[in-house]
Amino acid sequence: MDTKHLDRVVIRFAGDSGDGMQLTGTEFAKAAAEAGNDISTFPDFPAEIRAPAGSLFGVSGFQLHFSASEIHTPGDAPDVLVAMNPAALKTNLKDLVDTGTLIVNTGAFLEANLKKAGYASNPLEDGSLGKYKVHAIDINQLTMSALDGSELSNKEKGRAKNFFALGLVFWMYGREPESEIRRIYQQFAKKPEFGEANVKVFKAGYHYGETAEVFQTVYKVPPAVFQPGMYRNITGNEAIALGLVVGAELAGKKLFYAGYPITPASSILHSLAKYKNCGTLTFQAEDEIAAIGAALGAAYGGSVAVTASSGPGVALKGEAIGLGVMTELPVVILNIQRGGPSTGLPTKTEQSDLLQSLYGRNGESPIPVLAAKSPGDTFYCAIEAVKVATRYMVPVMLLSDGYIANGSEPWLLPNLNTLPRFDVIHRTDPSGYFVYERDPRTLARAWVIPGTPGLEHRIGGIEKDALTGNISYAPDNHEKQTRVRAAKIERIAQDIGELDLSGGASGDVLIVGWGGTFGALRQAQQQLAAQGKQVSHAHLRWLSPLEPGLGKIIRNFKRVIVAELNMGQLRQILRATFLIDVIGLNKIQGQPFKVREVLDAVENQLDAKHTDHGEPAAVVSQPQASA
Amino acid sequence: MTEALKKLTKKDLESDQDVRWCPGCGDYAILATVQRTLAQLGIKRETTVFISGIGCSSRFPYYMNTYGFHTIHGRAPAIASGLKITRPELDVWVITGDGDGLSIGGNHMIHALRRNMDLKILLFNNQIYGLTKGQYSPTSAMGTRAPSTPTGSIDHPLNPISLALGSGATFVARAADTDAKLLGGILQEAYKHKGAVFIELLQNCPVFNDGVWEGVKEDPAGKQIALVEGKPLVFAGGAKGIAIGPGLVPQIVDVGDGPGKTPLSEILVHTERGSALYANLLAQLVQPDFPIPMGILYRHDKPTYGDLAAHQVEDAVTRAGRGDLNKLMYSGMVWEVGADGTRH
Repeated sequence: MDTKHLDRVVIRFAGDSGDGMQLTGTEFAKAAAEAGNDISTFPDFPAEIRAPAGSLFGVSGFQLHFSASEIHTPGDAPDVLVAMNPAALKTNLKDLVDTGTLIVNTGAFLEANLKKAGYASNPLEDGSLGKYKVHAIDINQLTMSALDGSELSNKEKGRAKNFFALGLVFWMYGREPESEIRRIYQQFAKKPEFGEANVKVFKAGYHYGETAEVFQTVYKVPPAVFQPGMYRNITGNEAIALGLVVGAELAGKKLFYAGYPITPASSILHSLAKYKNCGTLTFQAEDEIAAIGAALGAAYGGSVAVTASSGPGVALKGEAIGLGVMTELPVVILNIQRGGPSTGLPTKTEQSDLLQSLYGRNGESPIPVLAAKSPGDTFYCAIEAVKVATRYMVPVMLLSDGYIANGSEPWLLPNLNTLPRFDVIHRTDPSGYFVYERDPRTLARAWVIPGTPGLEHRIGGIEKDALTGNISYAPDNHEKQTRVRAAKIERIAQDIGELDLSGGASGDVLIVGWGGTFGALRQAQQQLAAQGKQVSHAHLRWLSPLEPGLGKIIRNFKRVIVAELNMGQLRQILRATFLIDVIGLNKIQGQPFKVREVLDAVENQLDAKHTDHGEPAAVVSQPQASA
Repeated sequence: MTEALKKLTKKDLESDQDVRWCPGCGDYAILATVQRTLAQLGIKRETTVFISGIGCSSRFPYYMNTYGFHTIHGRAPAIASGLKITRPELDVWVITGDGDGLSIGGNHMIHALRRNMDLKILLFNNQIYGLTKGQYSPTSAMGTRAPSTPTGSIDHPLNPISLALGSGATFVARAADTDAKLLGGILQEAYKHKGAVFIELLQNCPVFNDGVWEGVKEDPAGKQIALVEGKPLVFAGGAKGIAIGPGLVPQIVDVGDGPGKTPLSEILVHTERGSALYANLLAQLVQPDFPIPMGILYRHDKPTYGDLAAHQVEDAVTRAGRGDLNKLMYSGMVWEVGADGTRH
């Protein structure tokens, strides 16, 4: 038996949505993290909870990239594909690299399943898989054999088959099985008979790898080198929940979180509901509007108030966010974006709610908008959103997306004692109080909360007098208030950190991105820069106000490419703001960028005949991403 | 003398804002009764909050010298819920109307009541949309002619009391706008109640629906049943009463002994703490077939949402200890990377 060292591996598990592929992937990711690899994951599953077995649309996949060096993405194409049935093979094979390894559960390759997947002939027999290293294994049968004599029903036994696949890949990549066995027992502590069965099947898979002669090599991916410190594996939604709890603590306030179930935001509510002993109050509202309404009520009462949703829910919250703008109350709205419009692609990722976030309310209703770039970054963005909301007395929209919400990465845990506090102080002095008198630096009005004697006042959604806060329909006052609400948002720029720029401050191509595309964009830029190309990448955290650092450099590049998972929403803004031509790299497939797609787009621009420095670059309005 | 020790008067609860309702609007009378009653109750201005939606009645908070929040159409119960959950020590009143609370905000209304949120909800029912100039509302009688229904409305009206009972309100009452004595008494009891209070106010809109409750108000003896704890449901000076026929059908009967009359002992006796079934029966007594019950229809003690939420927090602290954020952060699979950059 050989042992071969690899720098990095991309593996994808695919099967029916009831086959447990998400669990298999998550467990294998843990093992990789445990072994010291850098990891990045991409769960990709259908909206249906248990789609009909064997159907193409019911295929659920989990991709894991593990590496001996730093990585930013779950990988463009899998090196290894585990296909639990014909539908999984059909929908995922096109992504597998040529000469890639294919592990197929032959037990599911029955006439009926082949037909459901649209195969005229059995691909395992018709030679169509010739270019791959195929391991055809009857996982169904081997699972049943492993559980021979078990009390479980055949149906229950069958459900353990994902653990066979897990055991097999554990062996292939030289992972230690002991801690996984412990985890299985823990996970099924309440149903020990299932725990026992899953461990048996897991071991059977592991031993199959060891004894079956088909596998001649064990592949080892050595540990990556990380910055020293404490780490944990974290998804975007877990990190954002922690960020909210910590943000409220840094503000010296209690956290109130109101939500209504919606994919892919729901798990934030699930996390926070467990933190009751940290003083967090959660409220599952009757609808999206009630969730933002309750948050506004809590903000009025002096809590750090948060609501979360995805695009359709944020649309419903629009009017109430406007009320927050008018009454200048601090509330944080999380938008975990998914494909749209309407119900769209509930479980897939997209960045198409940027304009909704910036403008999706009636009237002149600007709010601060920031976007997280990775699972771990959502923690810091949540803290920053709480800080800006409470300091500037304004609703803040924090954008995440399905990709970073569900994706995970090893996360360097911060030392909470070193995070700067921003304690909120409520005004209690009644002398000379005017409801809309503003702080000269932030333009924020004082956050006076009910319960404060002598400061009783009324606020509401009708235009306010610029000083007293009383109802005012005066023309000049409305213009003044409209302008000051906008100016307040611009003032936030004074608190925004450095632009996240990789590469020089001038050059041939500047890639501009925001949000969850960070990994693919940064990796592409680093690869090109390593080849000596004059390519930089600026990744925006703040979209409103626009990061001041961008304006300083955007004109220093021959071409500017704005890469986003939408039809060019940031591109529109950059064109309007800077009056320069920028080129769009746009993909609207419910999938993240592949590094290759970004490389191709940048290389096209590098190869194109350069215009003179400073002149507008060519317009590329059509989507450039490969289908 | 500090503010807290000073005896409040009605005047202390009046804000410096000009009241902008139409002359003759029933809202004036309600505002005055609320101000007078709360002053009598000795409330604290700083811990009292009025929250409203949109509509004529929803301007109410601007005129109260307490904390006030004029929000958006229909959403006041949701906003009030968020405030009450996080600030249980505040007295939170919700001002709404038949359009605001039963149409655009119907969902928030039923859920605030269902949760037994400790809110005092005053629903001003004038059976019309006033601020938008006179369209028929969810409580308008069938056949209501309005700009949007020139040939008469064809949808059945909603019964606010039935809705409140069905949703789980734990204090349900009704009064007419100008009946200061009855409303004052109800408000005093409502103030003491812990849980979701729902008070339907029969309110006159002199501009778009003038006199819609006139039949009820001008003939209190004949068109109203004054609900008094432990007293029979009689009206018309005691000559008529409500008895129950087969199939739990309420019937108007002549009270008395002798042929064709029903003895007083067979007349339903009012109790605020009766079954929901009894309260629902009262709710079914509507014009024009019955006189309308006025007063406290139903009262029931059960834990509020706020109590239960606080209990869960205490429970979590007892079980898991006061939250330690470091522990929370360092939970799950945590590992250390040493100075050499590899895992230990």
